[in-house]
Amino acid sequence: MTVANTGAIAGDVSVPDELANNVFITNIAKLLDPVYNWSRRNSIWPVTFGLACCAIEMICTASSRFDLARFGMEVFRATPRQADLMIISGTVTKKMVPTIVRLYNQMPEPRYVLSMGACASGGGPFKEGYNVVDGIDKFLPVDVYVPGCPPTPQALINGLIALQEKIDQQSISTAPWYDKKDPTAGLYPVPVLGPDLVDVRQLDIIRQEATRYTPENPVRAAEAEPTEPPDVEDAPKTVEPQ
Amino acid sequence: MYGLGIIKGMGVVLRHFVRSYVDDVKWVNKGGRYYNDEALLVRQGPKGEGIKTVFYPEEKLPMPERFRFVPFLVTDEPPPGQRWGHDWCTSCGICAKVCPPQCIWIERGKQPNGRPKPEPEKFFIDIDICMNCGYCAEFCPFDAIKMDHDYELASYDRRTAHIHDKERLSKPISYWREIAPKKAEAEELARQMAEAAKAKKKDKDGDGREQRISEAVARQLYYQGLQY
Amino acid sequence: MSDTTLDPVTTPPPVDTLTPAQEATARLKELHPNIVSDDTREGYEGLIVYADSITEVAKSLRDELGFNYLSSVTGVDYLEEGKLEVVYHLYNIARGGGPVVLKAQVNRDEPVLPSLTPIFPGADFQEREAFDMYGFNFLGHPDLRRILTWDGFNGHPLRKDWKEPFYEEENKPFGSRWPDGQVFRAEEHNPYGKNVQYPPGWVPTGDEYDVETDVYLGLSYSRDSTPGLKTDKVTVNLGPQHPSTHGVFRMVVTLDGETIVDLKPVMGYLHRNHEQIGERNTFNMNMPYTDRLDYLSSMSNNLGYAITIEKLFDMTVPERAEWIRILMVELTRICNHLWALGFLLNDLGALQTPMLYFYLERELILDFFEATSGARMLCNYMRFGGLAYDLPDEVRGVPTLKFLEELIFNRLPSVLDQGDDLITGNEIVRARAIGVGILTPQDAIAMSTAGPLLRASGVPYDIRRAEPYSYYEHLDFDVAVRYNGDIYDRYLIRIDEMRQSLRILEQVLPHLKRTMGAPIIGDKPQYAMRAPRAGESYGRVENPKGELGYYVTTKRRSGNPERYHVRAPSFINLTALGPMSRGYKIADVVAILGSIDIVLGEVDR
Repeated sequence: MTVANTGAIAGDVSVPDELANNVFITNIAKLLDPVYNWSRRNSIWPVTFGLACCAIEMICTASSRFDLARFGMEVFRATPRQADLMIISGTVTKKMVPTIVRLYNQMPEPRYVLSMGACASGGGPFKEGYNVVDGIDKFLPVDVYVPGCPPTPQALINGLIALQEKIDQQSISTAPWYDKKDPTAGLYPVPVLGPDLVDVRQLDIIRQEATRYTPENPVRAAEAEPTEPPDVEDAPKTVEPQ
Repeated sequence: MYGLGIIKGMGVVLRHFVRSYVDDVKWVNKGGRYYNDEALLVRQGPKGEGIKTVFYPEEKLPMPERFRFVPFLVTDEPPPGQRWGHDWCTSCGICAKVCPPQCIWIERGKQPNGRPKPEPEKFFIDIDICMNCGYCAEFCPFDAIKMDHDYELASYDRRTAHIHDKERLSKPISYWREIAPKKAEAEELARQMAEAAKAKKKDKDGDGREQRISEAVARQLYYQGLQY
Repeated sequence: MSDTTLDPVTTPPPVDTLTPAQEATARLKELHPNIVSDDTREGYEGLIVYADSITEVAKSLRDELGFNYLSSVTGVDYLEEGKLEVVYHLYNIARGGGPVVLKAQVNRDEPVLPSLTPIFPGADFQEREAFDMYGFNFLGHPDLRRILTWDGFNGHPLRKDWKEPFYEEENKPFGSRWPDGQVFRAEEHNPYGKNVQYPPGWVPTGDEYDVETDVYLGLSYSRDSTPGLKTDKVTVNLGPQHPSTHGVFRMVVTLDGETIVDLKPVMGYLHRNHEQIGERNTFNMNMPYTDRLDYLSSMSNNLGYAITIEKLFDMTVPERAEWIRILMVELTRICNHLWALGFLLNDLGALQTPMLYFYLERELILDFFEATSGARMLCNYMRFGGLAYDLPDEVRGVPTLKFLEELIFNRLPSVLDQGDDLITGNEIVRARAIGVGILTPQDAIAMSTAGPLLRASGVPYDIRRAEPYSYYEHLDFDVAVRYNGDIYDRYLIRIDEMRQSLRILEQVLPHLKRTMGAPIIGDKPQYAMRAPRAGESYGRVENPKGELGYYVTTKRRSGNPERYHVRAPSFINLTALGPMSRGYKIADVVAILGSIDIVLGEVDR
């Protein structure tokens, strides 16, 4: 463990040249950060939360051969209130996503989300299905994505190490979870189940679409108004990968 | 008898505990039990005893040749100064057609006169959709797409990192030979035989028997080759 | 092992006597001449039954003809003919053999027919699923609610004219991928599903959805029936996020004190539209999707699907491929049962420890799968007419056959002995498991349970013996059976089955040595296969969790199935969960569920 920025001089304090070798100026955050991050990164407790196939690989990762205990992560908590990390291990379905968001809301800060496998990241092979959410990042902030279908235990550990590296970058002074101004800041809106999954953040758009969709005019909204931005079926657009 | 269950349980735990120390002693003169490739193989094999933990990331389980993760495109050996050479892919589209979740997008290359060129202009694989089934590699008639062994792909942003374009996908043939030497060798041989059979067919069009045999042998070899 | 068993396997000539199914079919036509008629469509078999009289036919099948096991109920949509069809597969538990297939056709606009639940309680969930997916109105069904989607979901998704929000094309491969493919992520351009079908007059408000009410209303709630002290009933939700539910499964339990009054399973939290995607896929594409059904035993799922399609395509499988298939499937069974036992003991309070020791051996089997097929869990190994690859040269640096011998003769028996020694006689396990969660043989059959659950109740029904597939008729093994039907017997039967699997594996190994180098696939696999005939095909295998069946229909020269249905054992075994748990304590429910051994990928599909 190294203490970051030893001897770094803060901009607003001027030190005479002759004292520069003897004075050590820092702030509490910089002193505490390494300890703070070191202790957090080595005791990430995940929620016991398995969704699908990836959950099996997650359990394999935690069991005898790959042994998450080496990273201090073996304590799978059955309640989100004691957990730091949520491994979204598998396909997120529309029926399940309200529960997942509710669980995430119950987790205390600092909390992390690791999206394990293709399904959790982007819908995976089941993306086209009517009951599948294409990516949990539509509803929750995801910290690390681990691709694969399913990722092998080693790939998952690789993702967890990536998460540890991310934690190392954080600082106690800028950590958003000590900011107490807005008590609802960490609450993510829970989607509701209607005729389809209803994202409450998008109620206006949905309301608009629903009124347009009348029994007298059962044509799809997108087909009825060609002036609208073309729909996926009509004209696929490009997403140029960066 | 009450309590016997606990004693038995403790016995099993103790047995495993002691065995790893016995195993430790066995490896003491051969480079140690941990962080030693040779020992890892034995420890993880059918004769392994005691604690079997793989100390990833310090030691990694070797991947078998057939291991499949996300696909990559095979190219020729790169000319000096470049990262990859000529694509083996002819943009025939079989991988895109056979892909179960339809995660492959190919834009076929065009010659100036508008006729299709046997080379992909663009090639995308969305690894958020890919199900690692290996069909693309299995059905590719040109051995141009293969399943990678690199599983360490964790990223912080899926929007930029999870669509693999042609640049990201292309890897030289030497890489494939490195990760799957036996398989690559068998494929090489099968390709040569198929080519020889084709050449023979051109030579003497009438004599079909010999050519049929060599084709059959080539095919057999191709599937034997698939063993690796 | 004598030399005679090493001879190449020959299929015995077909026997001329009538099978139980043929007998029953003929008898049914005599009994109900005006109600049943032969299904004369090309490639189809079974009997078309006048829909309103389906209960009569089912009753005489059960009571007079011995076809007392309703295995599969599924809907099919014939859009062009304007008809919906319900297909029933019934089996004779005592005599084995193939199914009697009944089909009831109803009008597409008004799909009403009587429910079979009064005769076969096992039809419960399957009829609910058919209602959910196709909108059948089963008259007389006690609790006809949506099961895989949620109450309030718009439409019936497996109807051929229903389109999902990101509908692209009717069949794969999609045209936009090649030759002018441009990546697009549908959801990014249309994030809130403009093309979702909304019910008429629906106004979203964002806070008025209480889709749960019906679940609670369905619970039996009989306050006054308790003698003595009057207590309030409490309704408790276990799941969908609960460490003991083996995934995203939910049980709504009504409790009187700690005693269970009623229990309702709620599922669909992992409903991944397997069947709808399967109908869009080509035949080949479905193979990796079947891996993801029961993701603990992907090899067996592969086998079931391969057998079904081979029936449809009329393919033969080379000998070596069959032996390797059996090797894989039996290893999968061991793998799955090790997992199931680990979790069952976990649920019984032996937290983690037995599980960790079982998994060491499971990892070795997974290593073998990985070296052979390329993936640890989701193997995608079988192809129509054979296998994807031959066995590898070596696994973890050991020659394959050596590895297998070590595994089969040494490691696996010793882990079973260790488990036996550690757990079977353990007083806590015995106290918690003996006499808990009893399922009588009559109930087990009536509720269409399958696999270890059925056999632990004293019904020796194993498809490997009842309707042998692959080379199982040439192999020497016993059908494991236990007679008490409690959790303890369900634990023991899994140990028994693993021992029988080891016995089979011991017989398979010499055949593997003998057929070394023989072909493993009949013909070069085609990437676009077309069905040589129209019609249906039903294939079933004895999965580790029970009877896994695939029902596939197709049109002639079609590249994809018209209907693709999976008869999932975990899903149907759950029918017995409620009746089995009633009267026991809340702590026992967890163990009872563990002893059924469900996998949510298969329950919800």
